[in-house]
Parts: sequence; structure tokens; C-alpha cells
Amino acid sequence: MSSLRSETRIKRKKRSAVKEAAIKAFFFVNGITAVVVLLGIFGLLLYTSVPAFREIDLKEFLGSAAWDPTSPEKAEYGILSMIVSTFLVTVGALVIAIPIGLGVAAYLSDVAHWRVREIVKPVVEVLAGIPSVVVGFLGIVIFGPAIAKIFGLPHGLNALNGSVLLAIMSLPTIISISEDSLNAVPQAYAEASMGLGATRWQTLVRVKIPAALSGIIAAIMLGMGRAIGETMTVLMATGNARSFPTGIFQSVRTMTANIAIELGEVPYHTTHYYALFAIGLVLFIITFVVNMAADIVLRKYQEREQ
Amino acid sequence: MKRKFIQFLGFMLLRTCLYLVLAVLLLFLYDIIRKGGGAISWEFLTQAPRRGMTEGGIFPAIVGTFLVTMITAVLAVPMGMFAAIYLNEYARQTWLTRLIRLAIRNLSGVPSIVYGLFGVILFVNIFAFGTSVLSAGLTLGLLTLPWTITASEEALKTVPDSYREGALALGATKWQSIRTNVLPYAVPGMLTGTVLGLARAAGETAPIMFTGAAFFLPVLPKSLGDQFMALPYHLYIMATQHHNILKVRPLAYGTALVLIALVLGMNMAAVVIRYRLRRKRRI
Repeated sequence: MSSLRSETRIKRKKRSAVKEAAIKAFFFVNGITAVVVLLGIFGLLLYTSVPAFREIDLKEFLGSAAWDPTSPEKAEYGILSMIVSTFLVTVGALVIAIPIGLGVAAYLSDVAHWRVREIVKPVVEVLAGIPSVVVGFLGIVIFGPAIAKIFGLPHGLNALNGSVLLAIMSLPTIISISEDSLNAVPQAYAEASMGLGATRWQTLVRVKIPAALSGIIAAIMLGMGRAIGETMTVLMATGNARSFPTGIFQSVRTMTANIAIELGEVPYHTTHYYALFAIGLVLFIITFVVNMAADIVLRKYQEREQ
Repeated sequence: MKRKFIQFLGFMLLRTCLYLVLAVLLLFLYDIIRKGGGAISWEFLTQAPRRGMTEGGIFPAIVGTFLVTMITAVLAVPMGMFAAIYLNEYARQTWLTRLIRLAIRNLSGVPSIVYGLFGVILFVNIFAFGTSVLSAGLTLGLLTLPWTITASEEALKTVPDSYREGALALGATKWQSIRTNVLPYAVPGMLTGTVLGLARAAGETAPIMFTGAAFFLPVLPKSLGDQFMALPYHLYIMATQHHNILKVRPLAYGTALVLIALVLGMNMAAVVIRYRLRRKRRI
């Protein structure tokens, strides 16, 4: 009798072990999806890009500035001017966003009363929540006319406008991660510095910011990754001229904007169509490298902290 | 004395940076509310666009954005929660776990237009869903997935280990302990995070441009296989693609106001839930 009971107990235990394993497997499948999606994006972009290079020379694609896929005489597929435009607008954005973002982060971590911080942090989150298409719209109606007026230009849809908007969009990232890394600097550093007679300002500039530098660099790189991949704001605010950019007051067309403009009109399964996916692949690789670099810097920094 | 003066100037400079950022945000909100407020009326919210989109409202765009966000939620919310449960409750520190985390961090940095391209190949062409609510919603779902995973995991991390251990000590299996002792405490926090992710998805334009959003469509989509109008895409069109941009500027402002109210409203709802939750915990 008792052996029978223990047998059913063992059976029940076995069944529940199978059930547990199945549940774990189910959650695992969901967890591994992220890897599948990332590889899928890369794989499908690569697969769709390859046919473009039956007609286009890879060297010409990356090295030529002439992009004219619909030319009746000779179609040209050079994306150099778009790459340069993307970097021009991004660097401009960083030049604006780094000092301001770092300033706000330092103010919040070292100067502001905690109550101010409690109010400002959600407000910065609001800025992060504004959709990019709305930011682009405001570039057209606010910053465009302002830039045209200040610099005496016929219109303000140029690289500078895009940089200003991208700076605003990357600020929340730069502020929050820089502030976190400033707060993570051990209190002992600041105390030692102040104990030697340094002012709070000297401590901030010469001790805390250097100590938090790797976190700040990671913040800047993540902001940069966002700026490179941003589509709607640059599409709406930079004018989208196809020429090679020569200055910040010029209308430029970035990689993202070019995809957005041309994908809607291009016939499927033409070289032009495949070439647009190849631009997407280049974009994916650039942002991947930038994000990985930021990730490595951030991990190293966190390991050292622990 | 001099050092104090430099400190004073330095802090002033930092404060100016903050004021500058706040001023830009206020300028944004003020401009949109002032100029968009005039366009808002009952008709604007409940009618379809008329006369080549120079009159009428944005009702189909509101419905379209609502529908597509629903599809996004159906994909991204449960998957995000399940993935987070795996990472926080089951996964050990192996190379595979590190790879999954790496993939999640990288996915959240993939440009939105690249998700759009991916959606065109996978959902529109390979799965043959065509340009539709379904394709656009699934594309946005994949875009939102890394955010919902991260947010859900944050919520799971706040549940103390003693809750899990208590159940296990009483002989509960791992799943029983998660179901009865972890999830009831984590699910509200998970929802807060996922609502934030969905708000961001609702405002995205680039991923839906080529996977289902329509330039102009006065009728509502009848099934998931139909094209749809969406608020962000409608704003893009009214701001740059319309044949008479200056004439429709007030309508563009109205659309921007509705979009921003929707997105920030969802944000605020999430923040309020989080705040309430924290207060409840403390007691």
C-alpha cells in the first residue's frame, strides 16, 4: 500500500519536472528571440543588398559622391555624400549637445537641490518622449525661420537645423547617463579633494568629471548612435539636396533621409531598390559599431566600479 | 575669494545649461499648444479629412494609430515579459545569456528606418501581409521589444529574493514560486514600463511609412490586412508633402498637438501608476 503511494508520488514528481522543464523552455524561446531578430535584421538586409552589387562596384558605392539611380543615360550609385552628410549633421549635433548635456548633468548631480532634481528628471524624460516627427515639424516652423533670419539665408532647411534638432533629441540620453556616472563616483574622491581645500567647482571639474569620464564618453556615443540613425527630423529639416555637403548652411541629404525619400517610389526588385537596402545595411553596421563601442566602454567602467 | 568667484561663475554656467534645455522644451510645448489648440474641435477629432486634406479632421489617423499600437502591444508586451522572466528568473551567467543581453542592447540602438526596411522584407514580402495594419504593427512590435524586455526585467529585479525563497522552502516548484510570489508583485511595474515603450512606438513614423501607413484614406481599415492612416505619418505629410503646405499648417499643428497629447498622456499615465505603486509598497 505504502509502496503504491510512493510510486504515484514519484510519477507526479516526474510529471511536474517535465512541466517545469517545458515552462523554462517556453521562456527561453522568448528570451532567445532578441538574438534571432538581431541576426534576422542583419541577414535579411545583407541578403537583399547583395543583388545590388551585381551592377554596382562596391568601391564606387562607398567612394563615389554621385547618386543618380534614375538617370536615363547612366545610373550612378555613390553614397559618399550621404555618409558625409550624416556625419556632418551628427558631429554638429554633438558639438551642441555635449557641453549643454554635460552641464545639465553636472548641475543635477553636484549643484541642484534634490527637490529640483526630482522635478527636472521627469521633465527631461518628457523631452525624450516627444516623437521625432514632431521635433522635425518644429524644425520647419521654429528653427528653420530663426536660422534663416539670423544668418540672412533664403531658408533655414540645412545641416545646421538638423544638428540643432538632433542635439535636442540626444540630450536626454547624454544627460541621464552622464548624471548616473557622475553620481557613481565614490564619495571618498570628492571628500579627499575638498579635504585638501579644493572648492566644489574645482572638485567637480578636476576630480569628478575625470573620474566619470568613461561613463560620459559612453553617454556621448549612445547619443551619437541615436543621431546617426534618426530619420524623420533630418528628413524634414535638412532640405535633402543631393549635392556633396560643403558647410553647415547647406541643404544636405543623410543616409536615413535618402532611404525614406526613395523607398516609396522605387519599383520592387530593381538595382535601385536593392541599393536602398544596401544603404540600410551600411547604416546598420555603423550604428552597430558605435553602440558596441559605447557598450564596451560602459561595461568596463561598471566592472571597475564594482 | 577668487576661487569662490570662479565657482560662482561655473555653477551659473551649469544652471544656464539647464535653463536653456527647459526653455527649449517650454518653447516646443507653448508653440504647439497655442497654434494647435485653435485647430482642435469636435469636428477635427471625429471627421475624416476632406477636399484634398485641406479641411476636415484626423479621425482615421487617430483610429489607425490606435489599431497599430494594439498590434504592437500584442506582440511586444507578452514577449517582452516572457523574455524578461527568462533572463531574471531562469538564466544563469553563461555566454548565451550574455549574448542575449548584448542582442537586446544592440536592438534598442538599431535605427527605426532599418526596422522599416526589415518590416518591408519580412512582413510585407516574405510573409505576404502586404502593406497593412498587421505588417506595420508587427514592425513596431519588434522595435518596441527591447524596451519592453528591459522595463519588465527592471520590475522583476525589484521583487526581493526572500519572496522566491519563501515559496521554494515550502516545496513549491520554480514556476509555482514565480507565479504566486514574483509575478503578482512585478506585473504592475512591468505594465508601467511597457506603456512607456508603447507610447514611444505610437509616435514612430519611419517604421510604418513603407509597411502600411497610407497617404490619404478617408475610410477606416476594415481588417488587419488593410492600409491605414496614422497620426505621425499624417503630420509628416501635412508638414512637408501636401500640395498647399502653408494653407494646411493649422491642421498640421492640430495633428501635432493630438499626437503629443497622446504620447505624453501615455507617459504620464505610466508615471502616475509607478508613483502610486511605490507609495503602496512602502506601507
